[in-house]
Amino acid sequence: MGQSITVTVNGEKKTAEVEPRLLLVHFLREKLRLTGTHIGCDTTHCGACTVLVDGTPVKSCTMLAVQADGQQVTTVEALAASGTLHPIQAAFKQEHGLQCGFCTPGMMLTSVALLQEKPDPTDDEIRWALSGNICRCTGYMNIVKAVKSAAAQMKASAAVPEAATASARS
Amino acid sequence: MAVETPLKGNIGESIKRKEDDRFIRGRGNYLDDIVLPGMLHMAIHRSPFAHARIKSINTDAAQAVPGVVAVVTGALLAQHKLAWMPTLSGDTQAVLATDKVRFQGQEVACVIATDPYVARDAAMLVEVDYEVLPAVVTPQQALQPDAPLIRDEKEGQTSNHIYHWEAGDKAKTDEAFAKADRVVKLDTFYPRCHPSPLETCGIVADVNSATGHATLYMTSQAPHAHRTLFAIVAGLPEQNIRIISPDIGGGFGNKVPIYPGYVVATAASLLIGKPVKWVEDRSENLISTGFARDFHMSGEMALRNDGRILGLRVKLLSDNGAFYADAQPTKFKAGLFHIVTGSYDVAAAHVEADGAYTNKAPGGVAYRCSFRVTEASYLIERLVESAALEMNLDPADIRLKNFIQPEQFPYMSATGFEYDSGNYPKAMQLALDKLGYKELRKEQAEKRKKGELMGIGVASFTEVVGAGPGKHYDIAGLRMFDSAELRVHPTGKAILKLGVKSQGQGHETTFAQIVTEELGIPAADIEVQEGDTDNTPYGLGTYASRSTPVGGAATAMVSRKLRDKAKKIAAHLLEASEADIEFDHGKFFVRGSPSKSKTIQDVAFAAYTNLPDGMEAGLEGVTYYDPPNMTYPFGTYLVVVDIDRGTGQVKVRRMVAVDDCGVRINPMVVEGQLHGGLTEGFGIAFMQLITFDEEGNCLGSNFTDYLLPTSWETPKFEMGETVTPSPHHPIGAKGVGESATVGSPAAFVNAVIDAVGHLGIRNIDMPVTSDKVWAALSEKGAAE
Ligand code: FES
Ligand code: FES
Repeated sequence: MGQSITVTVNGEKKTAEVEPRLLLVHFLREKLRLTGTHIGCDTTHCGACTVLVDGTPVKSCTMLAVQADGQQVTTVEALAASGTLHPIQAAFKQEHGLQCGFCTPGMMLTSVALLQEKPDPTDDEIRWALSGNICRCTGYMNIVKAVKSAAAQMKASAAVPEAATASARS
Repeated sequence: MAVETPLKGNIGESIKRKEDDRFIRGRGNYLDDIVLPGMLHMAIHRSPFAHARIKSINTDAAQAVPGVVAVVTGALLAQHKLAWMPTLSGDTQAVLATDKVRFQGQEVACVIATDPYVARDAAMLVEVDYEVLPAVVTPQQALQPDAPLIRDEKEGQTSNHIYHWEAGDKAKTDEAFAKADRVVKLDTFYPRCHPSPLETCGIVADVNSATGHATLYMTSQAPHAHRTLFAIVAGLPEQNIRIISPDIGGGFGNKVPIYPGYVVATAASLLIGKPVKWVEDRSENLISTGFARDFHMSGEMALRNDGRILGLRVKLLSDNGAFYADAQPTKFKAGLFHIVTGSYDVAAAHVEADGAYTNKAPGGVAYRCSFRVTEASYLIERLVESAALEMNLDPADIRLKNFIQPEQFPYMSATGFEYDSGNYPKAMQLALDKLGYKELRKEQAEKRKKGELMGIGVASFTEVVGAGPGKHYDIAGLRMFDSAELRVHPTGKAILKLGVKSQGQGHETTFAQIVTEELGIPAADIEVQEGDTDNTPYGLGTYASRSTPVGGAATAMVSRKLRDKAKKIAAHLLEASEADIEFDHGKFFVRGSPSKSKTIQDVAFAAYTNLPDGMEAGLEGVTYYDPPNMTYPFGTYLVVVDIDRGTGQVKVRRMVAVDDCGVRINPMVVEGQLHGGLTEGFGIAFMQLITFDEEGNCLGSNFTDYLLPTSWETPKFEMGETVTPSPHHPIGAKGVGESATVGSPAAFVNAVIDAVGHLGIRNIDMPVTSDKVWAALSEKGAAE
């Protein structure tokens, strides 16, 4: 009954036999024990289960594991893979963008995808991008702040090498 | 560039939260993350009907599914005397239905299987033969003489009436009304809603059949109280029960009750000898676990012509669902609803409350609220708004005229609460100034001339939080004290263990800050532990904003206890008399010569290595704190709305929130709590509704139907603060987690009523959706 799939999860190839009905979120949580991806609803509303599939935010409760066959999946566990926090992680802590932490992995991954597309988003663009992720604790204000501050941080660090080259040239 | 000195974590410093380090890495440990060897999975078969007699239950098909280990029914539980359990309000609740189902979604049978998917498949195969009975879905229906009897199994229960309860002075109130120039009335309904923390409820029950030890990992806001209740319900010896409440993904009152799923999973683990996990899905969470509110309220206010309030009379009808399971102190049948005189100096008040059973889920939990203070605050603030409209007074002025004045504290209210401290005019003035109230009133007048609808809502709430004192307030007999145990290790690092339990409030940071303030140990050196009953002192838990008022006070007191001992040790080290030792932020020194000093770390080391003769070793202690009174946080919230006459759509243009929660331990965390609370208040005012059709089908059983605010519609908040310390709390703090949810719904609704009041509209029940607004406008011929 099982079907063999190979999914690249956080850069590592994982091959497994899975039931065709197994949800991607359960594959990640139960089979790979990546429990940073959470489940908050059964109707694709809350976004607690958001992961990146080939760089796009996807609600992993609404995708079958077999549909992820051959694709790249990124979960929260990969954000600080090298040991240093991703700017979005640092910003969520800095701006108090989380309380219970249950929505946080999904929020951060949606934000990472947004910042890739729009490095300098407005408040409204952030609020719109995150509107598929529910947070019951923070009231969103500090989440929006965190995304903005991560954007600024990422821009600043992207600008550093340029500035360095510019001053070397002069 | 200026180098920032790292903050030590004293009170008033917005240090970053310690708990975040694991959450931002996806390394929290929530209930569903727990996996034990050999663990089985449980799924629940629930009733599709609101009211039906069970004729028979056939579990054969479910049993036959490969992977199914057991199917548990009420009949099996009855053999172990577990088919019914006590509720937190002294009633009984079916664990698994045996005779009748009494609400849609009620637990009927449980399947235990090796795999969660299999458990769910099999749960669907349980066959129940029902005889459907007429459903009762409102308390008004329930109290009709010919209403079907819901609790026919209860001896002596001949109607659906649950309780009658009164507070205040009826005769005095009648007198006040007799003297009044005007009486203003408002009938309003605070509808049923659901706390819906993002994480649902669940348990991993691990009963060792060889030793009888039960380790129960539970989404519990009150692990110690739950341990005692488990001991009583299941008849297990309490020393064999260990409840571990791991990281909790939000609670808001939803994780206070004991749910049937917890009991069955524990019983199943005991019978099968393997760990059993049950995690409810969102629909199960919404249809069966602790709802909130569902209060029908009739208020009457007696006033003088100048707007002074003379008296308040309230009749209340509560819909408690099929089992009276409100989580509240036992002596109070409608919680602390009698705080209904709010921020006002009202000489006479009387509250009369009745409750009724209906064919709806039980609960009545304090959803981000201290036991019905939310409903009370909503009613009084809406009533004052009605009075202002009726008497053509400015809603801010009428409040200023009636506020309890700063010099009146401590203030004894007409219903028996002793308000600890407050400065209501100051908080209101700050809010009015921040908003630019006067200019907005002018703008409103201009707009009104043009036929545009704009409203400014005012609410000046007062909460009552932090129960005990234990002699008045108890949960199922357990006095509402709380506890803190502090151990300072030889190297000067410390561990603090608490009887309360964070669900996102940030205790690991803020409670460490209290120790930092009192003992001078940097917050970074203090580990805070909660939630494991084997490892923390007994406490009543976190709800009703009681962690800071009670657990926080216990933390300050145990720190002071240790400081006293540390002083003796310091005297010994400094070869001075104890009376000459002074303490300042982590340093002990001889009075007059501050250069001769010992740090708290030196003293901690000496507590294990170099003690005065005859002194016990160690620097550890525990305190159980029974508060002398509750605390009374307050504030003023102002909301500006614009209403589209063509669609009835309400747009929140601005919201100003001025809060006074006494001393703020960590201002960043306080603001975060307020943002969250305001958002929930916004959701309750405009979106969140659990309702039922006339057959008792729940119409809010998932996030498609039960709408929660997202980042898109949630307004931005403008915050302000005043600080009036609580005089009886060791550090002057009052608690803040719920203020915003208590105070804001009335501000939002009042803004809408303020926009349409001149048309003669006095009430639109929450949630104030565009269709309701449009219908109200249209009735007055004012819709476009
Ligand atoms: S769990 Fe996937 S959207 Fe809620
Ligand atoms: S931090 Fe709790 S749900 Fe967002």
